[in-house]
Amino acid sequence: MGVYLVQFLSGLASASALFLAASGLSIIFGVTRVVNFAHGSFYMLGAYFGYSLVHRLGGGAIGFWVALLLASVAVGLVGLLVETVILRRLYKAPELFQLIATFGVILIVQDAVFWAWGAENLLGPRAPGLTGIVRIFDVPMPLYELALIAIGPLVLLALWMLFNRTRWGILVRAATEDREMVGALGVNQSLLFTGVFVLGSMLAGLGGAVQLPKGDANLLMDFGILAEVFVVTVVGGMGSILGAFLAAVLISELNTFGILVWPNGTLVLMFILMAVILVIRPTGLLGRPETIGHKTETGASQVVLPAGPHYKIFVALVLAALLLAPLAVDSFILVLVTDILVLALFATSLHFLMSTGGLVSFGHAAFYGGGAYAAALLVTYAATPFELALLLAPLGGGLLALVVGWFCVRLSGVYFAMLTLAFAQVAWSIVFQWSEVTNGDDGLLGIWPAAWASGTVVFYYVALAVAAAGIFLIRRVVFAPFGYGLRATRDSMLRAAAIGIDIKRQQLAAFVFAGAMAGLAGGLFAFSKGSVFPDEMSIPRSFDALLMVLLGGLQSLSGPVVGAAAFTWLHDELISFEYWRLLVGLAIVALVLLFPQGLGGAARHHLGRHLKLEASPGTLQGTAPGKEQQA
Amino acid sequence: MGMRKLLGTAALALSLAAPGVAGAADPIRIGDINSYKTLPAHTLPYRQGAELAIEQINADGGVLGRPLELVSRDDQGKPGEAVRYAEELFVKEEVVLISGSLFSHVGLALTAYAGQKKRLYLAAEPLADSLVWQDGNRYTFRLRPSTYMQAAMLAEEAAKTDAKRWATIAPNYAYGKDAVIAFKEVLKALKPDVEFVGEQWPALFKIDAAAEVQALEALKPDGIYNVTFGSDLAKLVREGNLRELFDDRTMLGLLTGEPEYLDPLGAEAPEGWIVTGYPWYDIDTPEHNAFLEAYQAKFDDYPRVGSLVGYNAMLSIAAAIEKAGSTETEALVEAFKGLEHDSAVGPITYRALDHQSTMGAYVGVTAVKDGKGVMVDWSYRKGEDYMPSDEVVKTLRPAEGG
Repeated sequence: MGVYLVQFLSGLASASALFLAASGLSIIFGVTRVVNFAHGSFYMLGAYFGYSLVHRLGGGAIGFWVALLLASVAVGLVGLLVETVILRRLYKAPELFQLIATFGVILIVQDAVFWAWGAENLLGPRAPGLTGIVRIFDVPMPLYELALIAIGPLVLLALWMLFNRTRWGILVRAATEDREMVGALGVNQSLLFTGVFVLGSMLAGLGGAVQLPKGDANLLMDFGILAEVFVVTVVGGMGSILGAFLAAVLISELNTFGILVWPNGTLVLMFILMAVILVIRPTGLLGRPETIGHKTETGASQVVLPAGPHYKIFVALVLAALLLAPLAVDSFILVLVTDILVLALFATSLHFLMSTGGLVSFGHAAFYGGGAYAAALLVTYAATPFELALLLAPLGGGLLALVVGWFCVRLSGVYFAMLTLAFAQVAWSIVFQWSEVTNGDDGLLGIWPAAWASGTVVFYYVALAVAAAGIFLIRRVVFAPFGYGLRATRDSMLRAAAIGIDIKRQQLAAFVFAGAMAGLAGGLFAFSKGSVFPDEMSIPRSFDALLMVLLGGLQSLSGPVVGAAAFTWLHDELISFEYWRLLVGLAIVALVLLFPQGLGGAARHHLGRHLKLEASPGTLQGTAPGKEQQA
Repeated sequence: MGMRKLLGTAALALSLAAPGVAGAADPIRIGDINSYKTLPAHTLPYRQGAELAIEQINADGGVLGRPLELVSRDDQGKPGEAVRYAEELFVKEEVVLISGSLFSHVGLALTAYAGQKKRLYLAAEPLADSLVWQDGNRYTFRLRPSTYMQAAMLAEEAAKTDAKRWATIAPNYAYGKDAVIAFKEVLKALKPDVEFVGEQWPALFKIDAAAEVQALEALKPDGIYNVTFGSDLAKLVREGNLRELFDDRTMLGLLTGEPEYLDPLGAEAPEGWIVTGYPWYDIDTPEHNAFLEAYQAKFDDYPRVGSLVGYNAMLSIAAAIEKAGSTETEALVEAFKGLEHDSAVGPITYRALDHQSTMGAYVGVTAVKDGKGVMVDWSYRKGEDYMPSDEVVKTLRPAEGG
């Protein structure tokens, strides 16, 4: 009896910590529509600031709690900096564009924390006066956990008061409903946004600081917490604080009791819960459906046109250069370009989904990894020859996309994106933990191409042929009837449905096609490296793809290729510096601020009109479909 | 490709066009790939140890009359990146072999690369057993004692205690599983009447320590074998102390005594656990004293396990080149087989049988002294005493493993 009660209370304590970390993300999204991927970084900063401040302010109980609050304020100041210096300049850019900036912030914070606090994990200070235990039915229960159980509801209450009893809170809620109207009524929106962002950052910082007495501050915390806070936010309903609290309790209790019943199921359980809840209630426990005006914009506000004559010449020149490359460069450059080709295909598949389909996936690496694992498993268990395994890789990615897509296309906008992230995590957890089949973290080795293709030059040509074929196929699909139908679905669901397009089936088909192409890229990757590991399905991998697509620019079809090349080249150039992550992060932020249309988009904007890169530009621009979304 | 690359390529082409220009004093370049930013607490000491060894070797006149030079790359903790940098190091930097890596999966990716491309790889720190067994190949050697060896050392200690009912807690991924399987196998063989009453598998770096501690307590074991490390360990120790999990129980900790994991716990380090680790402060042998003094003089810091491994790895490489009398890959592979040399932990041998070195580990009991966790009553266990029999190893290793 006592054991179960204590277990239940421990779950509540975990829930409080999780709620603090997640509520900020929910609030920020609800008002500013920014999906803040750097939220985990703020959480990590809270832990580090908390550690230093507790040691600075001495051992007393008052000093301890003051230090935690100050840590929260300090993180709020960092949030203020990020919002005013970077994000504020991007509110006019397509919504998803702010994602890239938050990727940059993640990298910068990682290196800054490493520089300031060093490499070693810092054991969190204990809370003075709360270091002991009480006995509940003779089972020991730490006092600090009881304090945590109280903190969660207290913060919830304070937030409720703030949003319902103060003028500022009421304005924020109004902005959540309709930002244009609030702006039209003379409220300074950007001040409101800044305030909300700072509040959200402070909550993340507080979350990082209050978990110190249970653990430590370490450099892996930022990505470590990210998946969980996303799940809590989505299960609770984006923007709903009470929902986040309920979700945190549900997930923590499930974890706590799940361990007793199914010790191996840790990690997967949470995502299964999320999938179940979203299938039953697509907007989460307390979320409301997205209003029309708030449909997630991908920024595809211009009609994509077939290639113009000059563009075709340009592509032919690039292809010729790639074909002749082995004559001119050493084999390392060929390996580097092979990597770029693989990533270009991967990014193009995501770009297809996002720009043509209007479906933003945060978990596209699942299908890339799915293809890689399909090929690797075939080679390992069925001794499948290289050629066949490579051809079957897209089948693996596509099948996985069929299953995931079946759940996901019921949702739209940011819920869709979040659900893809959750499923990608499920896929990753299965591959990571089911070591009997996948060999877990030790990966599948010896996935090499057949003897004829194993030389660097020959494999380079194989990769070039497959990647180019894949990219041209995707391009072909964009201009096929299916592609036009998909674009109609993206731009106006109602009208598309009215002319007889089966929207969900259309979207599912697009999802499966994109998954299959990502799988093909994954298969190529497996054979180019000779091994596959769960990392290829992980969140950072999905982020890489998003980064490449958004860096390249959503509006031009060649964007992802440019993005993949820029991404790989940037890494390769900067990696030899001690603080390369800082440099990459700064470079990303700078690129976002300078080229809010992406690199490909900027090039097209400046050169396209003069160089006839598109067929008959101009005539169609007046009917830019993006405008309809805001109507 | 930027201008710099093109220029670099041109320079490379020129140098290739004029062979034989390389003078006798040109450095021998050694590729080094490690996760310098992903796990800096482990990898930076590794690089410092390696740098110290290189400095000492070069001060003594280098190898074959040529100095050694380390060319480092950060693999970002990603196996795919590591393989790309391996190619870059061999092609562009003209290294004679690569070494390094900490994560097992990165090490295994490099193992596969080495086998396919017929290039030499000295796996310094990765622990995965399969690296020299199931996935082993002619071109890969490993320095650090493997998961199996260290688990076997603890199983031997476990067999000496009265504990009959054992529970295990390990991170739910390949390393944790290997460590539990090896421990159970060896302990069962040494003491057939033990009973394994339960296993807990927290997700790596996501432990719900309160719940895990309750679950372990509910199993009522006599002894607990812990494989968690890093922030998971810190949380487990805190909750376990508070919730009296460790009272009157035999506690074993794999790697728990390594400074990398013990030091962050400070005064809260667990007491009385039997652990593998590295009591650098207490080792009094001439070879280790020399290493310790030089290390502290150069870096104003104390060595971690990573430092020791990095130092020994460079000594191994120098010894192999010396023995081979050349920097050619096949000659180096033959030289590594059965290579014997003196290291900071005494003489070690690279077994021709499975390419595993006999570098051992220190087994002792944890205690808290002056607000810090330390190992007491420790002894050095030679690696060769904790291997499966040669017959078993032969069945584990592929026939073409050479």
